[in-house]
Amino acid sequence: MVTDAAILEAVGEVPDPEVPVLTIADLGVLRGVRHEGDEVVVTITPTYSGCPAMDLIRHEVELTLQSLNVDGRVETVLSPAWTTDWMSESGKAKLVDYGIAPPSASGPVMLRLSIRCPLCGSPDTTELSHFGSTSCKSLWRCNTCREPFDHFKSL
Amino acid sequence: MNDLFVYTLRLGDDALISAQRTAEWIAAAPQLEEDVALGNIGLDQLGQARSLLQYAGSLDGRTEDDLAYFRDEREFLNAQLCELPNGDFGFAMARLLYFATYQHLLYDELRSSADETLAGVAGKAVKEVAYHVDHAMQWVLRLGDGTEESHRRMQAGLDALWPYTAELFESDPLVQRLPVAVDPSTLHDAWLERVLAVIDESTCERPSSSYQHTGGRLGRHTEHMGYLLAELQHVARSHPGATW
Repeated sequence: MVTDAAILEAVGEVPDPEVPVLTIADLGVLRGVRHEGDEVVVTITPTYSGCPAMDLIRHEVELTLQSLNVDGRVETVLSPAWTTDWMSESGKAKLVDYGIAPPSASGPVMLRLSIRCPLCGSPDTTELSHFGSTSCKSLWRCNTCREPFDHFKSL
Repeated sequence: MNDLFVYTLRLGDDALISAQRTAEWIAAAPQLEEDVALGNIGLDQLGQARSLLQYAGSLDGRTEDDLAYFRDEREFLNAQLCELPNGDFGFAMARLLYFATYQHLLYDELRSSADETLAGVAGKAVKEVAYHVDHAMQWVLRLGDGTEESHRRMQAGLDALWPYTAELFESDPLVQRLPVAVDPSTLHDAWLERVLAVIDESTCERPSSSYQHTGGRLGRHTEHMGYLLAELQHVARSHPGATW
């Protein structure tokens, strides 16, 4: 019998296909595990409604369950809505190492706080676009080292 | 047909048809960053459409694909605002301002609906749409208060689409008797206040047309809808059941 904690730990290692340095546990996309009769149900939630990575994540979780010999399925839930507040501290640290500025306080901030450049650490940066290479990122440029970078935007 | 099914379809069709028009901008926007921005906005709208059409389908024994690809024009219940051809970039930003502001007010109310699925979709979407509103607002201000030419085009976009906005806020017996629905007429004052504040700040004139189009919620559409559906549906209909 595989314990729930062991299931969570194993499926939590599934990487995010768009930001492979993060696992779905780091992101807060993995919501939990429960039992329905003999069946194990793993719940996940999308970062954005249209996140194209969800199908692949669901498939990877199913494969992980199979490798544990667990009879289970994956359920997608929308509520409560995902927020960047669920991203783990270790996940945020991994993002910086990967060259992506981590999210700060949730929600669009009209009076903007500075986003620190993940490459040189300078706070002198400019947002080029609200929208970046994936739904969850915006596009920035550092005015000190002149490098462009992605920011994992707050939601 | 069941009220909840029809109501969910209205919301889902608004999102689906908007996603289709927004996606047409990909590789045609005025700059690369805007291509990416509109691609992401369209993707959010498509994600909302999928959640809503999945739910509608679950009430009716159909799939999201059945609803998106195998209904004919008269069965689509989106507002006509969503289906109009793209026009220039000023037109696109005027539409996004009008539509996203409406969606934001709607989803914000709908997240406290007694229907858990609608509330869940709305709770998710309201955060995405807040970014759409902000994006549209920034462009309307920049273009309206920009050059003579950008001002002229922004004004033209705001004016051309104004006669399609009242339809978003039409009340009817269905929304009045369905307890989990938001009656859109209750959102109109807040919408006017927000949109007019942006128009004023952009130095554009408030649109003055009083004529308002209607019919989308009953399946009556503009001449452009058939062409949009032909493009949206032709692969699924030419190759039924195909997967890749």
